[in-house]
Amino acid sequence: MPLLTQQIQDENDYSLVASLDNVRNLSTVLKAIHFREHATCFATKNGIKVTVENAKCVQANAFIQAGIFQEFTVQEESVTFRINLTVLLDCLSIFGSSPMPGTLTALRMCYQGYGYPLMLFLEEGGVVTVCKINTQEPEETLDFDFCSTNVVNKVILQSEGLREAFSELDMTSEVLQITMSPDKPYFRLSTFGNAGSSHLDYPKDSDLMESFHCNQTQVNRYKISLLKPSTKALVLSCKVSIRTDNRGFLSLQYMIRNEDGQICFVEYYCCPDEEVPESES
Amino acid sequence: MKCLVTGGNVKVLGKAVHSLSRIGDELYLEPLEDGLSLRTVNSSRSAYACFLFAPLFFQQYQVATSGQDPLRCKILMKSFLSVFRSLAMLEKTVDKCCISLNGRSSRLVVQLHCKYGVRKTHNLSFQDCESLQAVFDPALCPHVLRAPARVLGEAVLPFPPALAEVTLGIGHGRRVILRSYQEEEADSTVKAMVTEMSIGEEDFQQLQAQEGVAITFCLKELRGLLSFAESANLSLSIHFDAPGRPAIFAIEDSLLNGHFVLATLSEPYPHSQDLRSPELCRPAPQLQAHSTPLLDDFANDDIDSYMIAMETTVGCEGSRALPSLSLPPGLQPPCSPGPHSEEEEDEDEPSTVPGTPPPKKFRSLFFGSILAPAHSPQGPRPVLAEDSEGEG
Repeated sequence: MPLLTQQIQDENDYSLVASLDNVRNLSTVLKAIHFREHATCFATKNGIKVTVENAKCVQANAFIQAGIFQEFTVQEESVTFRINLTVLLDCLSIFGSSPMPGTLTALRMCYQGYGYPLMLFLEEGGVVTVCKINTQEPEETLDFDFCSTNVVNKVILQSEGLREAFSELDMTSEVLQITMSPDKPYFRLSTFGNAGSSHLDYPKDSDLMESFHCNQTQVNRYKISLLKPSTKALVLSCKVSIRTDNRGFLSLQYMIRNEDGQICFVEYYCCPDEEVPESES
Repeated sequence: MKCLVTGGNVKVLGKAVHSLSRIGDELYLEPLEDGLSLRTVNSSRSAYACFLFAPLFFQQYQVATSGQDPLRCKILMKSFLSVFRSLAMLEKTVDKCCISLNGRSSRLVVQLHCKYGVRKTHNLSFQDCESLQAVFDPALCPHVLRAPARVLGEAVLPFPPALAEVTLGIGHGRRVILRSYQEEEADSTVKAMVTEMSIGEEDFQQLQAQEGVAITFCLKELRGLLSFAESANLSLSIHFDAPGRPAIFAIEDSLLNGHFVLATLSEPYPHSQDLRSPELCRPAPQLQAHSTPLLDDFANDDIDSYMIAMETTVGCEGSRALPSLSLPPGLQPPCSPGPHSEEEEDEDEPSTVPGTPPPKKFRSLFFGSILAPAHSPQGPRPVLAEDSEGEG
């Protein structure tokens, strides 16, 4: 313990200090966006946002509000760094990733500022592990300019209803086609693979459909390889909101309830693949 | 064709597809008057499997829309399997399943009506095909074992999943013995373990075979049928004859029946008989017929008189009657290429050239002679000799 106290004695030296009684409240949410090696972290007084991007076409954001942490202080307006997410997750689960009943791993996370490593102090049953992860130059993240006023169609589904659909997606299909319409078929997921096409229809009055607001028929295609990683968020979530805007951009928002019953959000943005020929749908 | 499956039968259908998928890569779907038939054959044509679902299995069963000929089709096993991938899900969420085959759209449409009004529609592309029909008759097999699938399922449980073949035989005191089969050329480390299970006669509902008979077949292909039969709580009957002739594994109830026909190993080697000898005491007369080490599997060509792939375009009634694909080896041109002559060469060489690969063990169920009965190993020899020399 002397080492630990010594290192965190001067709180004011750190631009970010966050502590958490149950590290899984953080690691679970980060796993939901772990489809690329690196992530960019933004911390403000409201909490931390972790962003992962791929192919300039898809972006995933995990929001961990300040309220999730038992202690959360940010000295500056905002703190930004890039980090190897795989390494971060490995460190967060250094005491094992499956929970042992009755034991919690506590976390204290400190970041001194630009050029310094991210320090993690993990404690379980009196054993403390100190991890230092080098941070990297933050990269500019994409702005999808997805604005709720431009949203054309929106449905909220219980994740249960989509989970199986996403895990069984025909990956020989290049695209996932999403049809949203005020009329039949209301909400449809389609794939066009080697074996033929598949359609999955959800009626608007289904018990799985929490809310259904579709104003006009939209048929958009998204690269299936880009959307498949969102399955990770889907399996953790209880509800998902699916929105498309006037440009066909897709927003998937996942509501994740952590072990303490608090709510976190993970969001995926994806740009459409191409114009859909009128005849196919 | 249009059929509707409801409730628990959806899972039964799914399970059948799973067990077929252990055999072949293509699924032959054929609506018949007496039910919907799903068939497959493996790539080496040493295993054939079929399920027939009686019309009563379905909520609604229509062979052909009025005025149309019944269609049959061949689809990729993978794509059909993907519809029924998760059996737990089928049980939990699917209320009914509608399968329709329509010539105009050239799609096999499988529609799953799930909980919460969710509807999954799979439009699977298919190929037109001939009827796949193996000719076999369980009644012609002298030996029959019948036991609840659970008994056999538990008996094969201890065998390692990687194990290819298993020997089934009748041992001392009419106990039924299952033993992992070892290839002669396997190195000694692999030979270190032999697994053997012995089941008492009292566990069998029928045991019509004398002590000493034994067959060796591919376990992997049987596991599929076993797990199906276990889940449906059915009895499995095994009809078999001498080693080298196909064994027929059958299940039946009022709504469906299933037949798996697997090639068995012909064992002309004294060595492999050693393996059996302690438990399976004396070899049966059939085995003695094959006891000369140099005798090749050719003696077992008669399996093909049992089972021939019928690929004809005529309706199924006709197709059951006449063998069209195979030529008896005597009628084949001496240097005809193709699987049959290849096999002949392979098999013949050990008797003439030392150090060549050992003879092939399983014979195709579909290629080869339909004529040559057991006592004519000499028949095709002259032709074979010419072949081999021509090669060399």
